[in-house]
Order: sequence, then structure tokens, then C-alpha cells
Amino acid sequence: MSQQNSVLYDVPGPRQRRITLISSVVAAVLVLVGVYYLIYRPLDEKGQFTSELWGPLVDPGNENFSLVWDRIGIGLKNTLIAAVLAIISSLVVGTLIAVLRIQLKSLTRRRFTGLATPVSYLLRGLSVLLSAVTRFCVEVFRGLPVVITIFFVARGFPEFGITFDTLWYLVIGLTIYNSVVIAEILRSGMEGLPGGQAEAAAAIGLSPFQTTRMILLPQAFRIMLPALISQLVVVLKDTSLGFIISYEETLNIGKQIIGALDNPIQVYAVIAVLFIAVNYSLSKLAQYVQRRLSRGRRTAGTPAQNPPPAALMSQAESSGQGV
Amino acid sequence: MSVLIDKFDVFAGGFWLTLQICVLAAIGALILGAVVAVLRISPVPPLRAVGTAYVTVFRNMPLTVVMFFAAFGLPALGSNADFLRIPGLDAIFTRLGTDLPYFRFALIALVLYTAAFVCEALRSGVNAVPAGQAEAARSLGLTFGQNLRYVVLPQSWKASVVPLGSVIIAMIKNSALIGFFGVVGDLSATADQLTSAEGYAFVPVAIGISIGYLIMTVPLGALLDRIEKRQAVAR
Amino acid sequence: MRMKRMAAVAAAATLALGLVACGDNGSDEGTGSGGETKSFAAGSTMERLNKAQAIKVGTKFDQPGFGLKGLSGKPEGFDVEVAKIIVKELGIPEDKIEWVETPSKVREDVIVNGTVDFVAATYTINDKRKERIAFAGPYYEAGQNILVKKDDTTITGPDSFKDGTKKVCSVTGSTPAEEIKKYVKDVATQLVLFDTYDKCRDALKGGQVDAVTTDNVILLGYIAKDEASFKLAGENFTKEPYGIGVKKEDTDFRNFINDTLEKAYSDGSWKKAWDDTAGKFGAELGDPPAVNRY
Repeated sequence: MSQQNSVLYDVPGPRQRRITLISSVVAAVLVLVGVYYLIYRPLDEKGQFTSELWGPLVDPGNENFSLVWDRIGIGLKNTLIAAVLAIISSLVVGTLIAVLRIQLKSLTRRRFTGLATPVSYLLRGLSVLLSAVTRFCVEVFRGLPVVITIFFVARGFPEFGITFDTLWYLVIGLTIYNSVVIAEILRSGMEGLPGGQAEAAAAIGLSPFQTTRMILLPQAFRIMLPALISQLVVVLKDTSLGFIISYEETLNIGKQIIGALDNPIQVYAVIAVLFIAVNYSLSKLAQYVQRRLSRGRRTAGTPAQNPPPAALMSQAESSGQGV
Repeated sequence: MSVLIDKFDVFAGGFWLTLQICVLAAIGALILGAVVAVLRISPVPPLRAVGTAYVTVFRNMPLTVVMFFAAFGLPALGSNADFLRIPGLDAIFTRLGTDLPYFRFALIALVLYTAAFVCEALRSGVNAVPAGQAEAARSLGLTFGQNLRYVVLPQSWKASVVPLGSVIIAMIKNSALIGFFGVVGDLSATADQLTSAEGYAFVPVAIGISIGYLIMTVPLGALLDRIEKRQAVAR
Repeated sequence: MRMKRMAAVAAAATLALGLVACGDNGSDEGTGSGGETKSFAAGSTMERLNKAQAIKVGTKFDQPGFGLKGLSGKPEGFDVEVAKIIVKELGIPEDKIEWVETPSKVREDVIVNGTVDFVAATYTINDKRKERIAFAGPYYEAGQNILVKKDDTTITGPDSFKDGTKKVCSVTGSTPAEEIKKYVKDVATQLVLFDTYDKCRDALKGGQVDAVTTDNVILLGYIAKDEASFKLAGENFTKEPYGIGVKKEDTDFRNFINDTLEKAYSDGSWKKAWDDTAGKFGAELGDPPAVNRY
């Protein structure tokens, strides 16, 4: 990014720097005045800054302070539990789906020679069908809002007599969606590898499955690690949808606190800050991992691998943004 | 399954409302996202800081929280988002001009949230333009604005199309939340209404709702796949 | 002056609510720590629950006066107290109750699926619900009403929504939301639905809507908290008998709950439960409603 910036414009000279400085100061003053008149004053007039509303959240001396933060702590814990379970199961299921789709793809190209004609036709038809079915499932679950998936799981499963704790509905709902996204990330990572990798693997006699497991998958994981960490941010944000099915995560606890203290704006502001802090550190981690990976590649002297398609990277960051 | 036929108008109404807010939000998010993207690559450090802060805040907050601030923070500031009641447009987008502001609040929330992702998609496009292009433009004496306008943006646009499309698809899916913030009758709220208030069986309703969303997302996704494949060949 | 006093009363009430809840816990740990093994008909729900010494009860977590999960992390309110009376009669100590949040739209599902053993959650008895589940009780009779701003004279009852200008707020999937649809002219521009009544109240305060409609007792809770801003517009226009939801085929359990309620009517624990909770909002309790054994 900084490289790109430096080529877009000249390094500012003294005059330009002066102009920049002055205009920045002016702009900052204007912004402050605007914030005061458009945000601070109306809020103050409505009494949104009183210690009565903020006290339980920020003042350790307040009688409710420890109660409120105990509750928020429980909410954060539940959010993290759901997020961790969801990301682990998404990774496992996502990897399986990715491998399955790659395998099915190579199967559909196989001609099953050496078998009786009807059997080989049957097998080919079956593999084409299976491949189509998995493709269909992936497209459907990728195209549905996470809200809907979670809602469907929580309402639909009991309809067929399967009941769990709400935590598991949330985890299953998030897994259905995110495993499909992760599968697509990994699949495109594997397909984006130089063709020589798979060819070399085949040349030394590895079966297609061995090729995937020992050659393609590890490399795909490595390339896609930053995208996978970004997906963790998405999952963490998505757990906030638990309030739809009465799972007691941070936001739902926040709602209960609001019910007791009547300070919605303040509680939501605190929750927003919490989420931003946690997710910001996670995305910083993703960047750090990415930097380390690219440095590692360079020092090892291996030729630069194909970068993952831009679309997928951003998809990982955004398509799941489902809240 | 008869609910799909009996209540077709309810599904269709929900679909139509979701489509309306998505079209509007997509336009708004593209504009705002472009502005933020320019801020983020601008030569003035404070502007860059503003752009970065915007993206950091909105990318890391759950949409639910953004929605809440739009629906309850704005009224606390004394605004009913009346500036969005654009004459003429409200005739096409049925909920835009009504006295009930929740459609507009939901729209604002979707725009603010999605713009952060649009900005990142555009920026990834700019980063995809080889540095030599911008360097050559600069050595010709083009200013920052000219550089962007004549050299970088036309090329980055190509690289941004697919990520932008993914962002818009995500936004369509995110719009499923508006039913929880005062907008009555969008596609996902329809599921709630039909199953819990009117007592229809769950599975057929779920199928109907899914079809509604898939009509919007899957063709767009397929289109993006095609564009991406084409670009891959062109490269 | 009066306003200040009301605020003080409300604050005291909230405090007292907390204290009462604590007190209850204390005494129950003393009396019922081991639970009692009562004899119930073999194979009945009561016997199963008594043997298990554990029960799951569905209630609301966001309904002031009826079922509100406050800062203590324990739900408090009239529904909660009534549920405790029933659980006590089953010979199960209070700390063995697992409270499950059951918002309006999932109440039938959790009963049918067996997620909870019974539901006490401002649950209006009506025929449509009786198709899927059964009701014990009623143990209280509320009625739908309309909350407006204190200075509003234009809304006098549900008919005020017929001219298509006034905007009204309620909660998704609730009976009041369905009921008010009969009166509004254009649902799209007049009706707002949220997931909790708190949000409706904030919208009314902010002026985005002109009225909030639901059962009078819930609205009275909001008035008690902020008497300067709100008032009720007119009389109740429906009758909402609150019942205890149980499995449809479980007539024994339903009868047991009905017996327990009648017992609670006569020994005063029903009235005490009310006075400790929703009664503080100034709603009339009236005579105990006759339980309906169908």
C-alpha cells in the first residue's frame, strides 16, 4: 500500500506540506465543530451523557458496575465459545468439502477403462451426479443469508425431532455457511497452484487423493491462511446473530442490560468498541501472518507462487460479512 | 407446499421490498465506498487517517450494531433521515418517501456498513495495477488526480469488478437483518410472519424464502465467475 | 412533585424486586435443598419431573413485571413467580429450575419439541394455539391497550388507526401485532415491528411512531418507569387471558397445574406473587380468574 501511494504522487515539498498542514487544521476544527453541533449537543440535550446512563458501564464506583461487566463477560465468553466452535467445525467440514469437490472433479474426468461398459457408464454418471449435487449445495448455502441459515437450523431441526442447545443451532448455522465459503477458498487455492505441482506428484506415482492430501492442500492452506483468519473475523461478527435464536451472546446480554438499565445507546456503544477491538487485533494478526508468509517465501528463494485471485481474497473478507 | 401458491403475493412483496433496498443500498455504498477509497489513497495524511478509521470501525462492527445506531442513534440526534426522501425516487421505491423512517434507517445502515467493504474492494483493484503504470504517469508529469483518473482507475476498475460483485452479493444477504429493525415485510421477515403468526408449516416457507434470495444471489455469482474466468484468460 | 415521587417509587420497586428475589433464594435453599419426593401417578409428567429433580421452564427475559432477566442474571416477574409456585408443588427446589428464554414466536415450538416442560410467558390462551398445545389457567387476565405520548389527544382507541395516518409499533409474531392489523389501513406505512417492546417504546419517545400496542400490563410497566412521557389511550379492547402452556396431550399435567393455581388463589401466594412483581406498576389484580378445565 505504501509503495502504491508513493508512486501516485510526489513526495510533498515544503509549500505543499504547509498547505496540507493548514488545511488539515482547518478541516479538523470544522469536524470538531460539526461533531459538537450535530452529535454532542443533540445527545447532551436528550441527557445521553448523564452518569446515570453511563455510570454502570464506565464508573467502577457505580453499584451496578460489577454486575454489568459480569454479564458482559458471560456474553463475551459465549460469543467466543460459539465463534471458536464454529470456526473449527467450518475448517474441518470446509476442508472435507474442498477435497471432495476436487476428487469428484478428477473422477468425472476418469473413463473407468477396464470395466464392463455399463458399469463404467454407471460410475461416470454417478460421479457427474455427485459432483453436480455438491456444486448445487455449495451454491445454495453460499447464496443464502446467514441469518436465514441460522433461523432455518433452529426452526427446522426440531421439526424433524432433532433438538440441541441453542449454542449448537448457532454453531451449525454458522458452520453450514462458513464451511462452504472456506471450501471455496481452499479449492481455489488448490486450483491456483502451478500445474507442475500436481503433475510432478502424479509422476512420482501418488494417487489423486494422495496428491491432494500431501501436495495441494498444505500449500493451499499456506497461501490462504490470511483469508482464513479474515474469515474468523466474519464468524465472530456473525455470532452476534445468536440473538435471533435467544443464544446469550454479547449482544443479547446487552439487550438484557438495556432492559434493566434503559441505556441502549450507551450499551451498544460499549459493545461496538469491544467488537472493534477484538476484530481489529484479529485482522492485524492476519496481516502479520501474511507478511511473514511472503517474507518466508522470499528468503527460501522459491519462485513466487501465484497470488490467490483477488476476487477470492476479498470474498473471504466480505462475502461472509453477514453482519 | 400450497403456501407457496396461496401466499405468492406475500413472497413476491417481500422479494420486491428486499430488492428495492438492495438496489438503493448498492448505489449508495458504491458512491460512499469510492469516496472513502479515494480518501484512503490520498496524499493528505489526515484524510488517509479518516478513511482508515472509517474502514476499521465499520468492518469490525457487527451489522446488527450498525443497524441499531441507525435506527435508534439517528432519532436521538433528532434526525428522521428525511434527506433521503428524494422527490421522484420515492414513487419508484415505495418505502423511501413514507413518514415511517425505518426503511431509510435500514438503508443508511446498509450503505455505511457496505461502503467499508466497497472501499477495500476498490483499493485491492488499485493495488493490482502494476506500479510501473503509475510511475510512468507521474514521470509524464500527471498530478495525483490526473494519475488516478486517466491511468490508475480505468485499469483498477477491471480488477475491482469481481470483488465488488462479491461485496454486493454479501450486502443482499445482509439485508435479511432489516426485518429486525422496524422494516415490515421484507423477504426474511416474511418467513417469520408466515410461520409464527399465521402458522404455516415451516419447510415450504423456508423453501420459498430460499428461492427468493437465491434468485438474487446465484445469477450474480455466476456472472462474476464468468467475468473472473475471462479475466484469467486475458491475463 | 408527583412525578418525582413516582420515580422514587419505581426505583424503590426495582430495588425491592431485586431484594425479594434474593430473599426467596435464601429461604428456598434452606427449605428445599434436597427436594421432596412426592407421590404422583405412575408414568405421569409430574412423577418424571419429581424423580429427575430438574425442570425446564420457558419464560420471557425482556418483559418488565412478568419475566425480565436483569443484572443478576436471574429472571424476575409475575410469570416467574407463578412458575416457581408450580415447580414447588412438584417437589423440586427452586434452584433446580433451568430458565429458557421463549420469545413470543417460539412458544408453541418449544412445547411441542419438548425443549421446555412448561411455558409461562405472558402467553395468551386462544383457539389457534390450542390446536398445537394445551393451556392450564388462566392465572391472569390482561387486555390489549395502546400507549401514547402524554400530550397526545388524537389517538383514543384502535379505531384511530383507520384513517391511515397514525403509526403504531408492536412486536413480531405477537398477538397484539396481529390484532392491530385489523384496524390499520395500510400495514406497510403504519405498522412497525421490532423484536422487543423496549425498542417500540424508544421509537415512541423519539417520535418515529405515534403509539405502541400490546397488553395493558406491559404498557403500565413503561408508564410506571416514565410517567411524564406516556399514558394509555382509552380502555382495553381485547381480553388476553394468560395461561400456562403444556403439551397438548398431557391432560394430567394440565389438571395438576390447574389444581396448583387454585390452591395458590386460596392460600394467598398468587396475590403475593403479583404484589411483589407486576403489582408495583399499579395494575389492578382483580379476582382470580376461574381456571378453564377443558
